[in-house]
Amino acid sequence: MSQAQSAAAPRTAKAVLAVKNIEVIYDHVILVLKGVSLEVLEGGIVALLGANGAGKSTTLKAISNLIKSERGDVTKGSIEFRGERVDRLTPNDLVRRGCIQVMEGRHCFGHLTVEENLLTGSFTRTDGRTAVANDLEMVYGYFPRLKERRTSLAGYISGGEQQMTAIGRALMSAPSMMLLDEPSMGLAPQLVEEIFEIVKRLNTEQGLSVLLAEQNTNMALKYATYGYILENGRVVMDGEAKSLRENEDVREFYLGIGGGDRRSFRDVKSYKRRKRWLA
Amino acid sequence: MVVFGQFLEVLIGGLLAGVLYSLVALGFVLIFKASGVFNFAQGAMVLLAGLALVRSLDFMVARGVPVWAAIVLGLVFAGLIMAISAWLIERFVVGPLVNQDGLTLFMSTIGATFIIEGAAQLIFGSDVYPLRLFPTDAWFLFESAFPGGILVNKLDVWGGLIAGILVTGLAIFFQKTKTGRALRAVADDHAAAQSVGIPISWIWFVVWLVAGLVALVAATVWGTKLGVQFSITFLALKALPVLIIGGFTSVPGAIVGGLLIGAGEKLAEVYLGPFIGGGIEYWFAYVLALAVLLARPQGLFGERIIERI
Repeated sequence: MSQAQSAAAPRTAKAVLAVKNIEVIYDHVILVLKGVSLEVLEGGIVALLGANGAGKSTTLKAISNLIKSERGDVTKGSIEFRGERVDRLTPNDLVRRGCIQVMEGRHCFGHLTVEENLLTGSFTRTDGRTAVANDLEMVYGYFPRLKERRTSLAGYISGGEQQMTAIGRALMSAPSMMLLDEPSMGLAPQLVEEIFEIVKRLNTEQGLSVLLAEQNTNMALKYATYGYILENGRVVMDGEAKSLRENEDVREFYLGIGGGDRRSFRDVKSYKRRKRWLA
Repeated sequence: MVVFGQFLEVLIGGLLAGVLYSLVALGFVLIFKASGVFNFAQGAMVLLAGLALVRSLDFMVARGVPVWAAIVLGLVFAGLIMAISAWLIERFVVGPLVNQDGLTLFMSTIGATFIIEGAAQLIFGSDVYPLRLFPTDAWFLFESAFPGGILVNKLDVWGGLIAGILVTGLAIFFQKTKTGRALRAVADDHAAAQSVGIPISWIWFVVWLVAGLVALVAATVWGTKLGVQFSITFLALKALPVLIIGGFTSVPGAIVGGLLIGAGEKLAEVYLGPFIGGGIEYWFAYVLALAVLLARPQGLFGERIIERI
């Protein structure tokens, strides 16, 4: 289906990240991803949508190689970052190559100050102190609130500020690609919008490519250029964000709007049958 | 005046003895801070470092190497042994357990303890080996102020000095350097540290290496005091109340905890001993630790347990 989509909308930009038909198994028995393929083009914001347990986080962790310390394993398929196979690298190697994950649930270092948190992000950098100091100012430019709280312990700042710290910390590694896992989790709608705005600005101003796993479909499709919908470890639909937003099924099942003339429960079931064919 | 002189003597002796406890406790703090692991093997590491040092010293001195050169080479050799053991521990004990529960890691260090103790004695021998790196005679201070002066053991003064240097160095390392910051980050959240590209295995190697070197320093002082022998591993038990009082995550806490226990147990021995029977020294530290646990479970200087709602 993926090929059909790309044929319909021929893409000229190069793929930064190409995930090809990966299968992920946890603990040697639990099959979580059953052949997921996706692509992120240079300078794109790609949304990975789906319900709880669909496999969004697993996909991101498979790419960033964080999955190994959770006893997960990519057993089939390949992951390429800028044309290079990366599925056997360590997270450290991948960060050095410019691909970094912002984990779900923020994961700030609670006993470090905000500024120290940001600086830990520069661990892999080898381009000297001034470059790091410049990037620190750049991060403070995008997140002025963090500058105000720079000496506070990250464990004591608000959830929104923690999410900003987590994103800022990732930016400190000077990435060209960011895997952003559920940045809206537990945040007020206004803050979610603020954070998405900043991600969009980073995308346009810094040329940062973003792969975004998100449950907040509405918000994600507003900012993304392309989207994939995951269900039960499979990609069931993909397309330009605009076309997804207008898609009848997406509107009904993920955005909770539309589907006006479809009232009967039987029609919903027929949708599900149809979907099985697609997958 | 005699009474006050005696009090001062006991206090100073106690404080300095306490510093020596701190030296052992420091190794625990380092590993706990950076990996959240309570390292049961710290006592065994002191034994290993001490044996490596004293046996290589004896070996070289017996073959006519000048003493100063032997000491330098011996320290380097022991340092190397600690580096190798740090690498082995990272590779085979804690490395495969990244992201596991603290208790799991703790259990694995118990296993490491037996292996280190066994291997150390197998390789280097299991006798009591005397070590003479520091003078062990006594000074008499303030002889004009107090009759007979105050007796202070030179070894204890050396121990205090070394601990001071060590703590300053470690504080700078943890607070000011990139690796130190990464160590604290790893302690807070393994997974997040990994996600920003901090190589956990390298960090843990560094931590165990530093703890091993601290064990070496502790071994030089304690080895001079007691001779290098198996019972040196029981120091780990003495370090436990120091940690509880000072807090598991605080380098200064390890020092203050050591001082409190050192001074407390000596004073209690001298002044309470006659009333409730001697031997207070042996249990005083544990009772003090129990009291601290009741009042302030994170210890005097421990990091507050951050719980956001």
